[in-house]
Amino acid sequence: MKILVTVKRVPDPEQKVKFKGTSVDVSAANWVINAFDEYAIEAALRLNENAATGEKLGETIALSIGPKDVSQQLRSALAMGADRAILVGGADEELDSFAVARIVKAVVEREKPDLLLMGKLATDGEASQVPQLCAALLDWPQATFAAQITANAEGLEVKREVDTGIEVKQVKLPAVVSVDLRIISPTAVVNGKTPATHAYQEGPRYASLKGIMAAKKKEIKEISLADLGVKAAPVTKLVSAEPPAGRKAGVKVKDVAELVSKLKNEAKVL
Amino acid sequence: MSFHGVDFYGLDELLTEDEILVRDNMRAFVDAEVMPRINKAFRDGVLPMDLAKKLGAMGALGAHLKGYGCAGMGSIAYGLLLQELERGDSGVRSFASVQGSLCMTPIYEYGTEEQKQKWLPRMAAGEAIGCFALTEPDFGSNPAGMLSNAVKTPSGYKLNGTKRWITNGSIADVAIVWAKLDGRVRGFLVERGTPGFTTADIHGKFSLRASVTSELVLEDVEVPEDAMLPGAIGIKGPLNILSNARYGISWGAIGAAMACFEEATEYAKSRKQFSRPIAGYQLVQAKLADMLTEITKAQLVSWRLGKLKDSGKLRPQQVSLAKRNNVYWALHIARSARDILGANGVTDEYQCGRHMCNLESVFTYEGTHDIHTLILGQEITGIAAFE
Ligand SMILES: Cc1cc2nc3c(=O)[nH]c(=O)nc-3n(C[C@H](O)[C@H](O)[C@H](O)COP(=O)(O)OP(=O)(O)OC[C@H]3O[C@@H](n4cnc5c(N)ncnc54)[C@H](O)[C@@H]3O)c2cc1C
Repeated sequence: MKILVTVKRVPDPEQKVKFKGTSVDVSAANWVINAFDEYAIEAALRLNENAATGEKLGETIALSIGPKDVSQQLRSALAMGADRAILVGGADEELDSFAVARIVKAVVEREKPDLLLMGKLATDGEASQVPQLCAALLDWPQATFAAQITANAEGLEVKREVDTGIEVKQVKLPAVVSVDLRIISPTAVVNGKTPATHAYQEGPRYASLKGIMAAKKKEIKEISLADLGVKAAPVTKLVSAEPPAGRKAGVKVKDVAELVSKLKNEAKVL
Repeated sequence: MSFHGVDFYGLDELLTEDEILVRDNMRAFVDAEVMPRINKAFRDGVLPMDLAKKLGAMGALGAHLKGYGCAGMGSIAYGLLLQELERGDSGVRSFASVQGSLCMTPIYEYGTEEQKQKWLPRMAAGEAIGCFALTEPDFGSNPAGMLSNAVKTPSGYKLNGTKRWITNGSIADVAIVWAKLDGRVRGFLVERGTPGFTTADIHGKFSLRASVTSELVLEDVEVPEDAMLPGAIGIKGPLNILSNARYGISWGAIGAAMACFEEATEYAKSRKQFSRPIAGYQLVQAKLADMLTEITKAQLVSWRLGKLKDSGKLRPQQVSLAKRNNVYWALHIARSARDILGANGVTDEYQCGRHMCNLESVFTYEGTHDIHTLILGQEITGIAAFE
């Protein structure tokens, strides 16, 4: 199937967040692909390949919106195995969830994929809104937080982990699916072509050096918001950002009795 | 926390997208495949053999060669790949260097089309392993004096000699044996199991323990005509190959140094003695400042060397400078990190001791530090001081 998978670059979550005045300072950020988007790329590649024969079953297109530098993350998606990429130029500060969803919709209308596959959230803002907004704007069925995807004759069966157990959804294509962490476990994606006995290595695949060389020849098509006929026009405004207050040092208790008393009278959790 | 490397001078801005991808993917590969088990491998004195095929699948074996299942990367990407591997362990990097730089390269440069077809694709995949047999018990820094010899027979050649300190020796499917034919050094592909060809591992190493080092004995070993590499004539043959490999080692040493620097910095920040973390004392800061300085200089040396290599302007003396400098400082940094870690530095709960021991071999192999000093001395003065 034809899959459009979204790729956002985020500051490396392992790096310490720096602040400048009332905003986050990303000038020295080490940019990486949002982890959940990396899982979405892996899921797309698994859906679109017979892992036993290497046969390709469909086209995987990576989409990113942002400054020109995002080509580094798109190149990474291409090196993992995506077929081509689209980079929509945009300034980070103008791209709130709603703007992104409208831009993604415009690209979907151009590309007409069978599936829009996304990470469940981006680890920078953790808003978890774009997939749902896209589904609404496109009027497509959605299955969010996918832990397992199985392709079948009617479309996709998506299993999602909820508090009470596993929820099973069947969606017709075209659809929007957002993926959760478990989608990268060894047998989480079933496409009917890869033998059922095949187990992937846990996690998103590494780009092999040959994959990286091949990616150099793959296309990253740059398009502007004007080409798409969309204005970013964000509807939310970042007022200020500040680091959480530092944690206060704990106290040492003499014995269990004192602990229980503190939990009861001070923390009031008993 | 995963490894982040050192980039004090914004070297990333000098790298292309694909070079950064190679580095980052190898870094993740090393985090997942090498770091969790390297300590045990070093302690047990074994090379985790499944790494061969995994490195092959990554395209990390002979990545600098074109065709024959190789990735065809530029020199900088190849260097970064080795840097990341040696951040894990010098033994693992040695495996990849010997396979790619020392074995696949001579077949690629000096071999016939049949020899290339036969070996390169399987070696690139890690399915066939090679070793490079130049050093002998009595000829280390002076390989031109080697005693190993070949004589012409009606069907090919007969080889005799002993090779020592050969990385991958006993696990190799094919040994590239350098031996004299009519007084001139030639390269022969000797396959495992050829009658008269035996190997024995060298034990008791305190360095490169996660790497196989062997002695090779050749007693009237008969090889066919097509076992000889036609393109290598004279000691220049193996020396040119070594020059290529040393380029990679200059990068590898940076990886080990960065691992030690990172470990020492983290440790110094958390270890309190007297009134505060030892990182707050000037003597410790001076050590860390030296580490950062020398890593940064080494990065720039190797990067420039890669550019010279890709433009075909590289001279072996320039490689000597980089191998000599970068390995010297990596070893110094490892020792200094060991020092900062105090008693903890002598246990294998930390990496710096392992890197320190490993780098002693790297200091000696591929031309000892002092042999490269003499090469530079000759370059400067025009006077050879070897004999
Ligand atoms: C772990 C390990 C793996 C190795 N793997 C391989 C391999 O795969 N293939 C291979 O062919 N070899 C391999 N070697 C061998 C390595 O290349 C040699 O050890 C190296 O060339 C030095 O030779 P040597 O040990 O005989 O030392 P020597 O040549 O005896 O040197 C001893 C000392 O004398 C100094 N010295 C020598 N000559 C002079 C001079 N003229 N002037 C001043 N000082 C001098 C040296 O600098 C050194 O300090 C390996 C070695 C080790 C330790």
